[in-house]
Amino acid sequence: MELDPVLLSRIQFAFVVSFHAIFPVFTIGLASFIAFLEGMALKTDNPIYERLSKFWIQVFAVVFGMGVVSGIVMSFQFGTNWSNFAQATANFMGPMLSYEVLTAFFLEAAFLGVLLFGRGKVPRGIFFFAACMVAFGTFISSFWILSANSWMHTPAGVEMRDGMFHVVAWSEAIFNASFPWRFLHMVVASFLTGALVVAAVSAWFLLKGRELEANRKALSLCLWMLLVLAPAQAVIGDFHGLNTLEHQPVKVAAMEGNWERSEGVPLLLFAWPDQANQTNHFELGIPKLASFILTHDWNGEVPGINETAVEEQPPVAIIFWAFRIMVALGLLMIAVAIVGLVLRKGGRYWQAPWFLRSLTVMGISPFIAVLAGWFVTEVGRSPWLVFGEMTYAQGITPSLTGGMALFTLIGYVVVYALVFSAGIYYLTRVFNGGLEAEAAPHDLETGERPKRPLSASHARLEDDDQPHPAGEVPHGTL
Amino acid sequence: MEPFDLILIWAGIIAFGVIMYVLMDGFDLGVGILFPFAPTEEARDVMMNSVAPVWDGNETWLILGGAGLLAAFPLVYSIILPALYIGVFLMLAGLIFRGVAFEFRFKANRSRYLWNWAFAGGSSLAAFAQGVVVGSYIQGYETAGRVFTGGPFDWLTPFTVLTGVGLMIGYALLGSTWLIMKSEGYIQQWAYRITPFLLMAVLVIFGIISIWTPFVDEFVRERWLSHFHIIGLLPTLAVFCAWKLMSSVRKRQEGVPFVATMGLFIFTYLGLLVSKWPYVVPPNYTLYDAASAYESQLFLLVGLIFVIPIVLTYTAWSYWIFRGKVRAGEGYH
Ligand code: HDD
Ligand code: HEM
Ligand code: HEM
Repeated sequence: MELDPVLLSRIQFAFVVSFHAIFPVFTIGLASFIAFLEGMALKTDNPIYERLSKFWIQVFAVVFGMGVVSGIVMSFQFGTNWSNFAQATANFMGPMLSYEVLTAFFLEAAFLGVLLFGRGKVPRGIFFFAACMVAFGTFISSFWILSANSWMHTPAGVEMRDGMFHVVAWSEAIFNASFPWRFLHMVVASFLTGALVVAAVSAWFLLKGRELEANRKALSLCLWMLLVLAPAQAVIGDFHGLNTLEHQPVKVAAMEGNWERSEGVPLLLFAWPDQANQTNHFELGIPKLASFILTHDWNGEVPGINETAVEEQPPVAIIFWAFRIMVALGLLMIAVAIVGLVLRKGGRYWQAPWFLRSLTVMGISPFIAVLAGWFVTEVGRSPWLVFGEMTYAQGITPSLTGGMALFTLIGYVVVYALVFSAGIYYLTRVFNGGLEAEAAPHDLETGERPKRPLSASHARLEDDDQPHPAGEVPHGTL
Repeated sequence: MEPFDLILIWAGIIAFGVIMYVLMDGFDLGVGILFPFAPTEEARDVMMNSVAPVWDGNETWLILGGAGLLAAFPLVYSIILPALYIGVFLMLAGLIFRGVAFEFRFKANRSRYLWNWAFAGGSSLAAFAQGVVVGSYIQGYETAGRVFTGGPFDWLTPFTVLTGVGLMIGYALLGSTWLIMKSEGYIQQWAYRITPFLLMAVLVIFGIISIWTPFVDEFVRERWLSHFHIIGLLPTLAVFCAWKLMSSVRKRQEGVPFVATMGLFIFTYLGLLVSKWPYVVPPNYTLYDAASAYESQLFLLVGLIFVIPIVLTYTAWSYWIFRGKVRAGEGYH
């Protein structure tokens, strides 16, 4: 069989960018959380905030490190595998990526050094400022990269001359049609990720009966965040979808699994899309709901996939299912937020073991939702690299052979598997060390857990008049 | 229409970005290359701590180089990356391992030796690959119709292997002189001891490369013969830096060796640039063939003028915070 460089490059790009994306979505949220903690520490002088911040900075360091190294790979992908695309879009993509480096990466890098190593070396106010700058940098970074990505979905402000796009209106190109929604949706996704991961880890500590006061505080904060953001994300997502309906109707048709343009379309809960026969099997849906969501009219008309020639259709099943996974998880997050609100009465939210256990599991849900969302967005664009203007086949590097592409694909998978496993392993160690390890920072270096007797570290907290849930579980029973 | 020659300005900016990268990431890659030879594990802690707060910023210059090329000279980006496809992958793999080693090594105990190797191996691989890029640039690329048409291993020749090794040792020299500045006691003494050997190796390899280059590249030969009086100046200045380095190490000065090594790099680099000028994708394309649209260069330049001074300011500030000697046992975060 002939190895297809286009297919292999697509798989490679999807792999490296998915791998990269999971780190920033977490660090964007976490950076703001840390800045918030530092701000509170400065304002209230309550030592709990500083301990929380010290702990989460350690987690941040590991995750940020992996985000940076996988990001460096991203900045060379366009040139190595998609050189014709790079050449054709350079007039727009080049300045976007360069502005990202100039305005975001340098800012993050310089202040990150201070955030990780500068405690005690700089005044506390400056330290707080550094935390804010790192958080600010992550937003600027998403701004530019999402603008570039959105432009590939809804290109605007350019003119094709001699095989290259020339920018004729910068503000139209940067603030292209899908950018505002995508940016908003992504920022909220990042905050949700931060909130859910912090909630999961705090819940886990609470289950183990460790550092109750601090972790309770963190958990409470996250649940409030979730209560606001999870419903907001659903609303933003809805608008995002309406916007896509206008600009990329095939993608929306694929999300809905609707093959033929029709009125009163049901919202499919389950179906088995069959692209060869241009139909679904085993359909199960709520009548007319899709029409209502998309057009705000029960009998509204929804476009069909078969309006696009079969060769130009994106793979429907992936889009259809990825979309359902994201939305299901989004609804689950809303449910968790509401349960959390109900359990606030009597302080049960931090004591009910079943609730804490479900929160620990929910920790991975935002990552799955984010990747599913990107799969909807990106797979829904195929076969276009720049929607309606340039296909994958036109954008590929001419000298690239299938063998070369396969070699690097395997290479990245191996390298990332190693790095990722090591990263997860060290994160579990940081989690095991917990907030207690902060009192003795060198314990982590020598690999020993804090030797202080458990009772000593908890004695103070036992003053809490409420009993804590799972009893005293010794450290490190993970 | 076009009031001034942006292309020249951009050539200057990219050249500046590249040398910033080489000098700044050079010393921290160099520290990694020297890692296996460190006298003790404690010395390794100090070595790593001396670069830990700044390496991310240093590496950002590489990303700026990549993104800046795409913005200002897309043809260079879209020919050189495909031409070096496998080599770029190796460089990135190296950078990944050394990058995560910073975080993981301090959290590891039994597996620490693995991260020592990841740091050393990753740094060496990345440095070697960058040296190969320089060599392949001197050799030139096979192109037609504005795309690369050569084979997957055109970049791997005896000449590029030599430039690869040359840059590795050069970076190690930057690393050892950085350590002279940032460490004290037996670690500093060790750095003083190895520096002259590294310098000798660098001079020998740079010498061989200079003699070999005119045979690899006819264009360079012509240029050197016709403009010898100007081009001859740069090697002279480089040799002066080498001499300065030697004498400052003998006098046990602390800051001068690092500065002299930077000088050595800068003059060698300038020598390379004037030898190839104005070709950016030798042998076929010049700066002017490779440039992006005037509006795009202008759009980015406007921002750059405001942002670069700010970037330089806070970069300098973060170096200032971590100034002075790094001592053993000083905690990681
Ligand atoms: C700035 C541009 C950009 C950004 C921010 C992203 N992508 Fe993308 N994506 C592309 C630019 C791109 C591309 C260059 O257009 C690709 C590469 C080659 C291709 O097939 O399209 C692509 C393809 C691509 C594919 C393959 C689609 C297919 O083959 O049909 C997937 C699954 C993703 N991406 C996933 C993601 C994820 C999970 C992202 C999360 C951050 C993401 N993309 C961000
Ligand atoms: C093609 C797509 C992308 C490219 C080329 C790219 C490039 C990079 C690079 C080079 C870095 C390392 C910067 C450093 O050294 O500090 C990085 C980190 C980062 N990227 Fe990306 N990136 C891409 C996609 C994304 C997306 C989709 C997001 C999120 C919206 C994102 C947000 C970030 C953030 C916040 C960082 C800082 C490091 C971190 O938080 O882990 N990037 N990216
Ligand atoms: C619950 C209701 C939700 C709805 C209705 C919704 C809707 C959408 C739609 C329609 C798209 C595709 C946009 C396009 O056409 O390109 C999308 C993409 C995406 N979604 Fe959601 N979403 C929801 C929840 C979530 C949640 C909970 C997360 C993550 C925590 C999330 C993360 C993303 C991401 C990362 C993308 C890809 C980037 C983008 O295009 O914005 N979504 N969403």
